[in-house]
Amino acid sequence: MHASVRPAVSVNLPPIGTNTAARESAAALTMRMTVSKVNFFYGSKQTLFDISMGIATNKVTALIGPSGCGKSTLLRTLNRMHETVRGARLEGEILLDGKNILSQDVTSLRRRVGMVFQRPNPFPKSIFENVAYGPRINGSKAPIAECVEKSLRRAALWDEVKDHLHKSAYELSGGQQQRLCIARALAVDPEVLLLDEPCSALDPISTAKIEELLVQLKDLCTIVTVTHNMQQAARVSDFTAFLLIGQLIEFSPTPQLFTTPGDPRTEAYITGRFG
Amino acid sequence: MSARLRWRKFVSAFMLSMTGVCAAVAVSALFLILSYLVYHGGTSVSWTFFTRLPAPVGEAGGGMSNAIVGSAKLLLLATLIGVPIGFFGAIYLAEFSGSTTAFVVRYAADLLNGVPSIVIGIFAYTLAVLPFKHFSTLAGGFALGVMMIPITLRSTEEFLRSVPNPLREGAMALGASKWKTIATVIVPSAYRGILTAVLLAFARVAGETAPLLFTALGNRFWSPGWNQPTASLPVAIYNYAISPYEDWHRQAWAGGLVLLGLILVINIVARGILARGISVSRT
Repeated sequence: MHASVRPAVSVNLPPIGTNTAARESAAALTMRMTVSKVNFFYGSKQTLFDISMGIATNKVTALIGPSGCGKSTLLRTLNRMHETVRGARLEGEILLDGKNILSQDVTSLRRRVGMVFQRPNPFPKSIFENVAYGPRINGSKAPIAECVEKSLRRAALWDEVKDHLHKSAYELSGGQQQRLCIARALAVDPEVLLLDEPCSALDPISTAKIEELLVQLKDLCTIVTVTHNMQQAARVSDFTAFLLIGQLIEFSPTPQLFTTPGDPRTEAYITGRFG
Repeated sequence: MSARLRWRKFVSAFMLSMTGVCAAVAVSALFLILSYLVYHGGTSVSWTFFTRLPAPVGEAGGGMSNAIVGSAKLLLLATLIGVPIGFFGAIYLAEFSGSTTAFVVRYAADLLNGVPSIVIGIFAYTLAVLPFKHFSTLAGGFALGVMMIPITLRSTEEFLRSVPNPLREGAMALGASKWKTIATVIVPSAYRGILTAVLLAFARVAGETAPLLFTALGNRFWSPGWNQPTASLPVAIYNYAISPYEDWHRQAWAGGLVLLGLILVINIVARGILARGISVSRT
């Protein structure tokens, strides 16, 4: 069902994986989200072509590819953030727990599918208020302070900020701000967490912290991350999708994609011949 | 080579001093007006100026208490009319409207901004004076309110637009509706700017005379309620300044100083409140 109609695209989805490793891992997998035959347009310009892939529950899925390949666009369709852009149009179907997200209420969808952006974007409020924002606007009945502490601990930021929760979020370093944004997203207990190049504006030490965090967080939720850094995809992800000019070229378990790529274009990209 | 270098240094020094001179001229004009006003107004302003009604023609003394209260009432009305319309209109323009609507509304606001204030006066006269057959505080406040709309609208819109887009996306990605995003993230982020915009609009109309001439008209006595002609500082200053009496000229100067002082005080108080609000949230 996931096999693409395009002959140039080899999609090694876990459930129909071609090699033994993929098939073995596929046995235990459930799909949190399923993208099927998605085409995406900005105005008359098509930027995604017939994308089909599954997002495995409690795994990290990485989207890689050169700039402009559509990886961020694909990520943004998963919680319908593309709708904030005028003239954006999506065809196809995206399922979350078996239900089409396109026919759901967008605010409750985004509560279930959280997002962290390329540049840290804390609100101009205190650290506490940033994390409390999601539970507050969603009318959570749970005690806010507990929820804030839990989320900050999950984002591995609690120890650094516990003594000045009421300081402005802008007084934190870039890496701390990004972890604050992760805590803010986790505060509403999302089922899926989308990250759009979360480390591209950060230094190597902050990057390492966030990567470590992603690996820990997959027990809590399903993670999809966009990265232009192939080493990062190799380090943190369980599955990797390689996109090129709006097409899904290859989608395999990460070790397989990086050691025995099934498509010459994937090989060319991961060996650094372009991109 | 060295002659060329000398020439370049000369040009650099010349241009630098030119910019300094122009800056000094601009600032000194302001200070000249201010100090002239303080000099003349300061010697004429007195306690009775704030507490007394205007003295009958021919008698010395008296004050402008009715004009001060009248101006306050007019500005209150103008703010109640101009700020909500300008503010919510700006939210619509910055956050909701399509580009064509936005262009049309923005263009209309700019035109309205450029309309001479006397024309706004005629407009208010036709709409709020003629049907009721008398001048009133309401009509004056309406005229000033109409003037405040485009100023508040355009500058508030600019400040809302300057809120970085990632903040909008951050809120919406947490499941905030468009309206909640605006109310809890965008407007609070642009709060300082919006308040400045409102203050600018306020200060701008506080000194307007022309729209009041045939809406609020003027009054030498107290104006009870909202439905009577009322005195206002700018109109009182105008009437006194063109009069042949020396004493009235002094009162006009005093009125000018008081008007300036009121605007200054409102500005400082608002900024003080704002600064305190921010320091609380930052500690």
